[in-house]
Amino acid sequence: MKTQPAPSITGTAAADLKIVPRRHIGRWIGAAAVVLLLVWLAVSFSRAKINWPTVQEYLAVPVLIQGIGVALILTAVAMAIGLVLGVVTAVMRLSKNPVVSGVAWLYIWVFRGTPVYLQLLMWFNLALIFPVIGIPGLYSGRMIDILTPFVAASIGLGLNQGAYTSEVVRGGILSVDEGQLEAAQAVGMTRLQAMRRIVLPQAMRVIIPPVGNEVIGMLKTTSLASAIGVSEILSEAQHIYYVNNRIMELLIVCAVWYLGAVSILSIGQFYLERFFAKGSSSRQLPMTPLQRLSSIFGTNRKAQS
Amino acid sequence: MTTNVLVRAENVHKSFGLNEVLKGINLEVNSGEVVCLLGASGSGKSTFLRCINHLETLSNGRIWVGDKVVGYRQDGNRLFELSDKEAARQRRSIGMVFQRFNLFPHMTVLENIIEGPVLVNKVKPAEAKRHASELLARVGLEGREGSYPRQLSGGQQQRVAIARALAMKPELILFDEPTSALDPELVGEVLDVMKDLAKSGLTMIVVTHEIGFAKEVADRVAFMHGGEIVEIGPPAEVLGNPQHERTKAFLSRVF
Repeated sequence: MKTQPAPSITGTAAADLKIVPRRHIGRWIGAAAVVLLLVWLAVSFSRAKINWPTVQEYLAVPVLIQGIGVALILTAVAMAIGLVLGVVTAVMRLSKNPVVSGVAWLYIWVFRGTPVYLQLLMWFNLALIFPVIGIPGLYSGRMIDILTPFVAASIGLGLNQGAYTSEVVRGGILSVDEGQLEAAQAVGMTRLQAMRRIVLPQAMRVIIPPVGNEVIGMLKTTSLASAIGVSEILSEAQHIYYVNNRIMELLIVCAVWYLGAVSILSIGQFYLERFFAKGSSSRQLPMTPLQRLSSIFGTNRKAQS
Repeated sequence: MTTNVLVRAENVHKSFGLNEVLKGINLEVNSGEVVCLLGASGSGKSTFLRCINHLETLSNGRIWVGDKVVGYRQDGNRLFELSDKEAARQRRSIGMVFQRFNLFPHMTVLENIIEGPVLVNKVKPAEAKRHASELLARVGLEGREGSYPRQLSGGQQQRVAIARALAMKPELILFDEPTSALDPELVGEVLDVMKDLAKSGLTMIVVTHEIGFAKEVADRVAFMHGGEIVEIGPPAEVLGNPQHERTKAFLSRVF
């Protein structure tokens, strides 16, 4: 078969034309504005009376490193409590049993409806209501001994978090097609088995991004625990600058530590999302930073396409 | 009661609020029989099918599968709904294939098939995998164990769904419009697998719009209209020489 060459509009053969990509003038102006702003900020910080060697010195102070450690542990414990409570109450809220869903609703209403600061103070002072705690006949102890500041903060932050996570998990469960539950039931699973094996793993894809957000939020909220005497990084920094008056220096040190911790958490979230994206999308999984680097600099042509 | 009857529906009623969807269905299906349920959409076919494995509760009446009442425990003249666990136990011997496949997207084909046997029937994973490979060969998908559902065509997904139902070694399989969500050129491959199952002596209740399939494979065809079975009999009679006005009207529109 013979095909006619397409008539050319300008007289140039199509093979000789050069394609020029769209110009992005806005990007260049935007980038320039950002650079200017950053320079101005850097100049302001360097002209201010900030003693940078002090910042460097305090970055390695053990008390502050312990402080960020406490914040991280408190985050882990509170989020663990929050996640378990969140999943349990989300499943409870979707129950057909009105008592079960009512209890879950009440929990969310109370713990989402009051400031977390107030809740922390209440847990810390719980001994005023229950001076003694224990299992009758087996064990009993004084509340003040058991509910140390760290325990009170863990429970307080965890219960508050659970109320928020519950709604996130509920949204995730609702996002899974109802046919999935029916298919699971059709092969003989109970509702709970279906929830655990079929619905929740699919809901995870929707749940993880907001929960990752909340982990990061929690890391910063732990600073509130200083109100009930937990020695986390910010309260330790304050103790130091009350004495040496290096206020901005110590706050910058804290900011650096928080940013570092959040960066590490974000990396964890990226890989967790990748894991749960398995099979659930026809799109390719997002590249890991290593794969991205090798696709930019590497000679592997396949990765670029 | 003859022992040969596997499914016996007695005066099955079902209402959603004020809307009465099933108005007294009576149907007996013998062991090894293939029964096709035909009818316009909204005639209650799918709802009735879903009652047979208790995905829907009943408003009145009762359904036997084997020697058990589905979803309920009879005590005197009352039927008490079974717990979730007991209902799940009953569903082990009743397979179901859905219109929209409903494969588990986060699991591979193999994991989809062995999930029920391993989790529910406590079959050893190695044994379940071996059986799954046999079933995949039977539905013409050998070697696709590692694929995810998204990577398969609709017809392939539905055949995996059939293999998943077979993996539980059910005595009865319910098909809810198994080819309605498929592209026309993929319908044949699924129907071929179903014909094969019918020949092997599996008891099947099939809600379908495939008149050709019903004619060729079904032992009996039931035509439903307005929540009732208005005509039932061998396909040659019901499809070849319909007696009821509604059946005639339906068939004239389909052909």
